[in-house]
Amino acid sequence: MHELKVDPEPAAESPPAKRGKAIVITSGKGGVGKTTTTANLGTALAHRGARVALVDADVGLRNLDIVLGLESRVRYHVLDVLEEKVELQEALVHDKHSENLFLLAAAQSREKDDVDTEAMRELIEELCEQFDYVLIDCPAGIEKGFTNAVVGADEAIVVCTPEVSAVRDVDRVVGLLGNKFRPQLIINRVRPLLVQKGKMLSVEDVNSILRLPLLGVIADEPDVIISTNKGEPVALRADSKTGAAYRAIAARVAGENVPAPTVELEAQGFMAKLGSFFGGRR
Amino acid sequence: MIDLFNRLFGKQTSSATAKERLRLVLLSDHLSLAPELVDKLKAELIEVLSRYVEVDRTKIEVNFEQHDSAIAMMANVPILSMHPPKVETPTHPGGGDAPKRPRRRRKRPTATSNPAPAS
Ligand SMILES: Nc1ncnc2c1ncn2[C@@H]1O[C@H](COP(=O)(O)OP(=O)(O)OP(=O)(O)O)[C@@H](O)[C@H]1O
Ligand SMILES: [Mg+2]
Repeated sequence: MHELKVDPEPAAESPPAKRGKAIVITSGKGGVGKTTTTANLGTALAHRGARVALVDADVGLRNLDIVLGLESRVRYHVLDVLEEKVELQEALVHDKHSENLFLLAAAQSREKDDVDTEAMRELIEELCEQFDYVLIDCPAGIEKGFTNAVVGADEAIVVCTPEVSAVRDVDRVVGLLGNKFRPQLIINRVRPLLVQKGKMLSVEDVNSILRLPLLGVIADEPDVIISTNKGEPVALRADSKTGAAYRAIAARVAGENVPAPTVELEAQGFMAKLGSFFGGRR
Repeated sequence: MIDLFNRLFGKQTSSATAKERLRLVLLSDHLSLAPELVDKLKAELIEVLSRYVEVDRTKIEVNFEQHDSAIAMMANVPILSMHPPKVETPTHPGGGDAPKRPRRRRKRPTATSNPAPAS
């Protein structure tokens, strides 16, 4: 498919092992939840028994290790591998909560321009040979960091919040991605109460504009922040609605037919519901 | 219910405002990101108009402008004559003997499209 460092004789006799799928998680706009999505989707997929590698492509602003609680275990990073200072296996950090989950951290002290695009493509391809899913956490923006995060991907998940600027940026990113990546949408940080009061764009509003296959909807929940504080992805928590929403996304990614994503007003609590009933708009 | 309330009092929810702004901004984003599409539109516009009138191809302006609640296509098309150009007339290919059109300083009548709400 691409020009990889191909051996002169591709092993013709052994049947090719099933190649994993590389998915880039992107958004254009910063801070909408790419890293949170990557960590939770990866965790949920791993708990379904899939072998999953997470690649932090946000070189210079590494975050994925923190969300996973792995910051103290990171010794090498993606540039060490790209520059052949260490073997890929050495740089992969084994997750502490999920048996099948591995992280390739970003380099904190380097810049996005230091990454060689072609080498990145080869690295993702190599990971696809070893894992069922390779999730790439894309940096904000549409510059070189974006190019490098996208280059090896087969598919894209775009994360959007119900805000004008975020939707606009997703629209731009989807335009840049073209048809190749079959982008699917996750709408993050939805506040059903605000939507009901007409103070926030609804899932339908957003997707009547973007018109993408809807992979999931995640409410704006303290759960997510608390989990990030602890370094334990919310997808691990059986009692959490947000966790369940991420597990449903994982099921969809794995090809299962699960009911259409929604967020419920219930999540906001009884008082909030009362308030919405009597309060009206301000 | 909120919808009804707002219609009665002529108010719009902020999410409706957001949706409207988003629709407009994406329209203009898409236009600015597809210059080749606009060029094509312009070419075909000239083609259609030329069936009815003779237009000054060099001075045609097609712009998209945002008005309060719509993006409008504004076409400024100087008309040279109310007769369609004769097809058989060869357009002088750089030859010196080609008949020069008298340059008129007078402001030409122009056809300006009505701002049609873009949907
Ligand atoms: N559903 C949610 N509910 C509450 N907080 C959230 C939710 N999703 C994300 N956040 C918070 O929003 C912040 C930004 O999230 P995150 O780091 O995942 O975004 P990002 O898109 O990766 O940002 P960047 O563009 O900087 O890489 C974090 O503090 C995160 O905890
Ligand atoms: Mg991030």
